[in-house]
Amino acid sequence: MRKLYMELIRMRFLTMLAYRVNYYSGIIIYAINIGAYYFLWGAIYGGQQQLGGLTVEQMTSYVAIAWMSRAFYFNNIDTEIAQDVREGKVAIEMIRPYNYLSVKTAQAFGEGIFRFLFFAGPGIFLISLIIPFSFPATATGWGLYLISLMCAFLINTQINLVTGLLTFFLFRNDGMMRAKRVVVDLLSGLVLPISFFPGWAQTVMGYLPFQAVNYYPSLIFTGAITTERSWELIGFQVIWMFVILVPILVMWRLARNKLVVQGG
Amino acid sequence: MQNMRHIFSIFADYLSQYFKTRLAYRTDFIGDFVSNLVSELINLVFIIVVFTHVPLMGDWTRDEIIFIYGFFLVPYALFSMFFGFWDFNERYIIRGEMDRILTRPIHNLAQVCLESIAPDRIFGVITGIIIMGYAAIQLDLSFYWYDVFIFIGLSISGALIYGGVYTAIAAVSFFSDSRTGIAPMIYNIQQYGRYPVDVYNKAIRFVLTYVLPFAFVGVYPAAYFLRKEVWYTYAAMTPVVAVIFFGIGLLVWNWGVTKYRGAGS
Repeated sequence: MRKLYMELIRMRFLTMLAYRVNYYSGIIIYAINIGAYYFLWGAIYGGQQQLGGLTVEQMTSYVAIAWMSRAFYFNNIDTEIAQDVREGKVAIEMIRPYNYLSVKTAQAFGEGIFRFLFFAGPGIFLISLIIPFSFPATATGWGLYLISLMCAFLINTQINLVTGLLTFFLFRNDGMMRAKRVVVDLLSGLVLPISFFPGWAQTVMGYLPFQAVNYYPSLIFTGAITTERSWELIGFQVIWMFVILVPILVMWRLARNKLVVQGG
Repeated sequence: MQNMRHIFSIFADYLSQYFKTRLAYRTDFIGDFVSNLVSELINLVFIIVVFTHVPLMGDWTRDEIIFIYGFFLVPYALFSMFFGFWDFNERYIIRGEMDRILTRPIHNLAQVCLESIAPDRIFGVITGIIIMGYAAIQLDLSFYWYDVFIFIGLSISGALIYGGVYTAIAAVSFFSDSRTGIAPMIYNIQQYGRYPVDVYNKAIRFVLTYVLPFAFVGVYPAAYFLRKEVWYTYAAMTPVVAVIFFGIGLLVWNWGVTKYRGAGS
């Protein structure tokens, strides 16, 4: 069984590699996004030394690292599931001798590794030449970041599984998936560090899983927090993983009984 | 001219069909409406939160930036209503639907637009006007009677600029006949036009004015209503830029169609 999933990860990785235009456009997209926020934040800071507890330099490396983490955890499996459901392919998937959701997760992982090696790696190197940028100083720092990033990937994938599975009940939910993307980007701390939000908003966001997707790993990367605090954040991520597993399992159970194939 | 009228009458027919199919999935229709509203308001959160920390961005105030964002939503809504073929590469090239398009009597770009028309996006216009209205009251802006027509003209121009650039980018699919994943690129670039271009550096400002003129969809035309006289020339150029870039888009598209070989089954 493990061999099957390894093979799925490898296949998706190679598929990503095969579409060359995709690869180039991906690099451009990340450059554009990081560039946009880099200049925007430059203008926002103006002459000020510090905002929301971050200096300009810290802010620019935060933007870069947040986008690079996103390269790893981001995937479109919700859209893929929605398409499978609409076209009725999911009926075939359900009778196959593997778990459909694990297959999707494995494919997302293959995609994540690809983006990490080919987008984030070179991207972060290029940015470090332009923007003063500090990497985690110790092996522990790197280790903690990578563990946290892996958790971030799993949580984000779970969120995508939830939105993808909603297609079983709503039939079409493109709009919702679009809104989800924007909401995750904002509430995960990608476009705006959580420390910028007013106190009450931070409290509310503490009860939501989105910070675990980006803010935690980015915080660990910057080395601004102690090792114990880092482990604590990873602990929160693990808790969220178990919490989100519940709706996924419930919905999957219901979906198997409720499947309405719309054509295909 | 006869031809254009024909296309418009077909658009009307498709519209009525569209509402019939959409209302068949009623929860989805409402869900889509709410989702669009959420994604539009989320961007506002960014502006509001940032301005709790700083009084100005460049030399623009919070309400001016909100006004620009509100304006941006109007041409953007028009654009996404008529040019909804985000999955053009996947749907028409990979699956070979383009073969069918080419047998249709009206111009193939019009046919593709027709099939992916999304009239419910028109609500973005309303959201945009409400946001602009709020900012206008805060800023104590005054308008002349003819501003309505200027507003309509500039909004349509903005939509055409997006349409031209997007059409040209979609046409890349004709040349590569494999998966391209180019749509997200445009989706990401468009955020540049929402903020005043003078906060960016010179190179980006140049690109946003002359290469991918997204500044003409947001900040330049909005500057006219904000009475920023420095930008009046740019605001006035908007329709010209629209004609040029939509023309380029159309040319690239027509050229691409001649290169199309068909990849699907």
